[in-house]
Amino acid sequence: MSYNIKNRDKVEEEKYLETPSTNACKQCAPLGASLAFRGVENCVPLIHGSQGCATYIRRYMISHFREPIDIASSSFAESSTIFGGGANFNIGIDNIIGSYSPDVIGISTSCLSETIGDDVRMLIREYQAARPGKELPFFLNASTPSYKGTHIDGFHAAVRATVERCCELRANDLPKYNNLVNIFPGLLSPADMRYLNEVFEDYNMEVMMMPDYSETLDGPTMKEYEIMPKGGTPVRKIMSASDALGTIQFGRVLGSNASMGAGEFLEDKYEVPDYKIGIPIGIRETDEFHKTMRKLSGIKLPGKYMSERSRLVDALIDGHKYTFGKRVMIYGDADMVCGLTSFACEIGLHPILCASGEESPEFEFQIKEIIARSNTPFDEGPCIISGADFESIKEVSAEMSPDLMIGNSKGYYISRPMKIPLVRCGFPIHDRVGAQRVLHVGYHGAMQLFDKMCNALIEYKQENSKVGYKYI
Amino acid sequence: MKIGTNNILEERKGQVSRKDSEEFAIDCEKASLAGSVSQRACVFCGSRVVLYPIVDALHLIHGPAGCASYTWDIRGTVSSGPELHRLSFSTDLREKHVIFGGMDKLYNTLIHLINKYSPEAAFIYSTCIVGVIGDDVDAVCRKVASEVGIPVIPVHSEGFKGTKKDGYKAACNALEKLIGTDEDAVECENGINIVGDFNLAGELWILEEYYRKMGVKIVARLTGDGRVKDIAGAHKAKLNVVQCSGSMMYLANMMEEKYDIPSMRVSYFGIEDMSQALYDVADFFDSDDMRSKAQELVREELGHLLPMLNEYRSKLEGRKAVIYVGGAFKAISLVKALRLIGVKTVVVGSQTGNKDDYDIMARLCDAGTIIVDDSNPIELANFTVEKDADILIGGVKERPIAFKIGIGFCDHNHERKLPLAGYLGMKNFAEEIYSSIMSPVWQFAGRYDEGEDL
Repeated sequence: MSYNIKNRDKVEEEKYLETPSTNACKQCAPLGASLAFRGVENCVPLIHGSQGCATYIRRYMISHFREPIDIASSSFAESSTIFGGGANFNIGIDNIIGSYSPDVIGISTSCLSETIGDDVRMLIREYQAARPGKELPFFLNASTPSYKGTHIDGFHAAVRATVERCCELRANDLPKYNNLVNIFPGLLSPADMRYLNEVFEDYNMEVMMMPDYSETLDGPTMKEYEIMPKGGTPVRKIMSASDALGTIQFGRVLGSNASMGAGEFLEDKYEVPDYKIGIPIGIRETDEFHKTMRKLSGIKLPGKYMSERSRLVDALIDGHKYTFGKRVMIYGDADMVCGLTSFACEIGLHPILCASGEESPEFEFQIKEIIARSNTPFDEGPCIISGADFESIKEVSAEMSPDLMIGNSKGYYISRPMKIPLVRCGFPIHDRVGAQRVLHVGYHGAMQLFDKMCNALIEYKQENSKVGYKYI
Repeated sequence: MKIGTNNILEERKGQVSRKDSEEFAIDCEKASLAGSVSQRACVFCGSRVVLYPIVDALHLIHGPAGCASYTWDIRGTVSSGPELHRLSFSTDLREKHVIFGGMDKLYNTLIHLINKYSPEAAFIYSTCIVGVIGDDVDAVCRKVASEVGIPVIPVHSEGFKGTKKDGYKAACNALEKLIGTDEDAVECENGINIVGDFNLAGELWILEEYYRKMGVKIVARLTGDGRVKDIAGAHKAKLNVVQCSGSMMYLANMMEEKYDIPSMRVSYFGIEDMSQALYDVADFFDSDDMRSKAQELVREELGHLLPMLNEYRSKLEGRKAVIYVGGAFKAISLVKALRLIGVKTVVVGSQTGNKDDYDIMARLCDAGTIIVDDSNPIELANFTVEKDADILIGGVKERPIAFKIGIGFCDHNHERKLPLAGYLGMKNFAEEIYSSIMSPVWQFAGRYDEGEDL
């Protein structure tokens, strides 16, 4: 197997970190953190920084989830930058409490507040100390400067900070669980999270999912407008994380600082066994997930899932001719790309490019491992780009003659001039409805992805044939 | 938690006003209140939206990648030629640069990108941390400009240095540096600059056609479908016709002072304001020919349009709308445009209006109308429910509020893909309002409550 490895930032060793980005394939850390905080029950996220950070991030996420996403800002002024953001922080917290009466406030930092050195933990302590006896929301905070890592790092940082904090401030009247499992799913869709909750139910296991925005970011229409959408994992549930039988962490890469995950924390401090597995996309990774479920629950694969798996294999057989050998470019968040690459290899697609805006060396390693175990007949391995921006993907794609692209909607400007189909997965999807309903995980998710990929290729063939076949 | 249980935040009470018999008063032009979930963005956003439509310039955002990522291809502004503006360039600053400074990276990036894309000019936007780590962006710009021979213009748009409005000002300051630099530009008889139209969905081209029919020439487009060379010669125009005055009046005033070019405020939304704009321009040039051509144009357009609008009016009469948009002048036009199709405005607000703007709104609106400055989701939801509105007009961030309440929504923000300016725009606007309100989907909305049976 031959690989073509690129790291945008390591083109020339002496110019490390000196490459600008054109059409970034990443967002900044506070976005990931705010998204994670939306998966905690009755939590309002606050970004400690300028007003624009919160507003841009809201707009970006609203275009994807198509749900109200309220994120507060401490709205820095010039004086906050000079004297520190403490005063605005306090006003901000007061006003969030006044408007939303939340149970939890989840605070992330912007590059500005990090650079001037605001200590958010200290600001929280001071805020609490100045209001003795007053019932205040539970405070969570994560350090998320946008000059370090990506939105994925912000996401994982918020999950870890939440779990750490909840375990530290554990209540003493928590229910006793004997079948609790923690799951840290990573940045998946609400549909994915809803599906995972069902899986746990089918295994008769109690689940602590952090975050769980299956309801908060894919809500119903209600009789009355709800300021705080229902759903999310209650803080009290997260407090029980240290009692769990084990932790499942989805993600082979887990951002640029994988050893700092919430699963590692629970294992190191509370000896909760940590099972790190890839996002369960496709057969092999989903098998791995169910094997882990069996380890934790002692229950064999429920019949429902065995028949789902069998139907999936049947579907893949039905469509295998349409997918075999088609050259595919896969890009996006590193762990999403790993999962999609694993699945692509199972259905005979030929991955020729795997790219992520993340910079972890683990990404290259994991992609190689996935390809190696997949028994693909192709000699040419994918071009692997970590630290990618979309222009770097576009530049290499010119010589690759791809048949298909799989990734978020931002790759459309690359697929359009090449006139090849783009199957939209992951985050963000800004040019289609239903981003929140894209199911990636499980056998069921694989079936839906397969139908999309297969039909995209069939449609391409049909549209480009002179005959106009009615049977394909 | 449901709405109605919360009052307006104490510090915001002055920014919400109800039109009644007493004298109208409202607070505005204030920094957004921390924790209020303002719909405003920041200084950087203000600069970015104004300069973004200059299609043959390089727009480089100096900072970490986030600000560039969120504003990649963000506006529905279109180009008749180059599309360099649709690429999102960032210096992608890292921790190392925060500690040791980002000037070298800025310099190298600029040289690299200018060689690669050969832009006519480059705008360098400062983001928050640039203002803190002390990069001398002006010095780098001067150095690069002298080496590559194109204007390299710093935009002082650090997010925390005021509000979105200050960002407009920073953009105007950047434009000021460019205007007047084309020394070969010649005087243009009957020449105007179109200022404050951003060619969303090709709107500026519709207006240009009207002006062309009247015999008015366009010197520079500021900034929709804008070209660096035209803008450099904008000082040769006889008149600045300013739409979106909130963002561009500052530039027009500066040009009046520096080049003695007068300006007028117009709006191209709705029939009344659109026609008035054409008549005002004809009056300015004091040309009977232009005036009669404008009259002819208006007559012809209205001949098609009015019967259509009457049709919509008969279906929409008595419906109620909430308007919450960025610029106040647009909000004012929308109140009038809605009236044409029988829709009453019950709430109207903007992110950046000033006292004069709100006074006009108050005069224009019916008693009981809520007028609001720098609002937020909770207030907007509360007002909309209280007034039992049928449609909300705003941008992407307001859309889910309307949908969760179960009423229609019309996107009148800078991401729109449908031209809403001019007479064609009025037709589109009426159609959009009609099709949003009349969707059969609303009869199913808002029915679900926990434990509810069918």
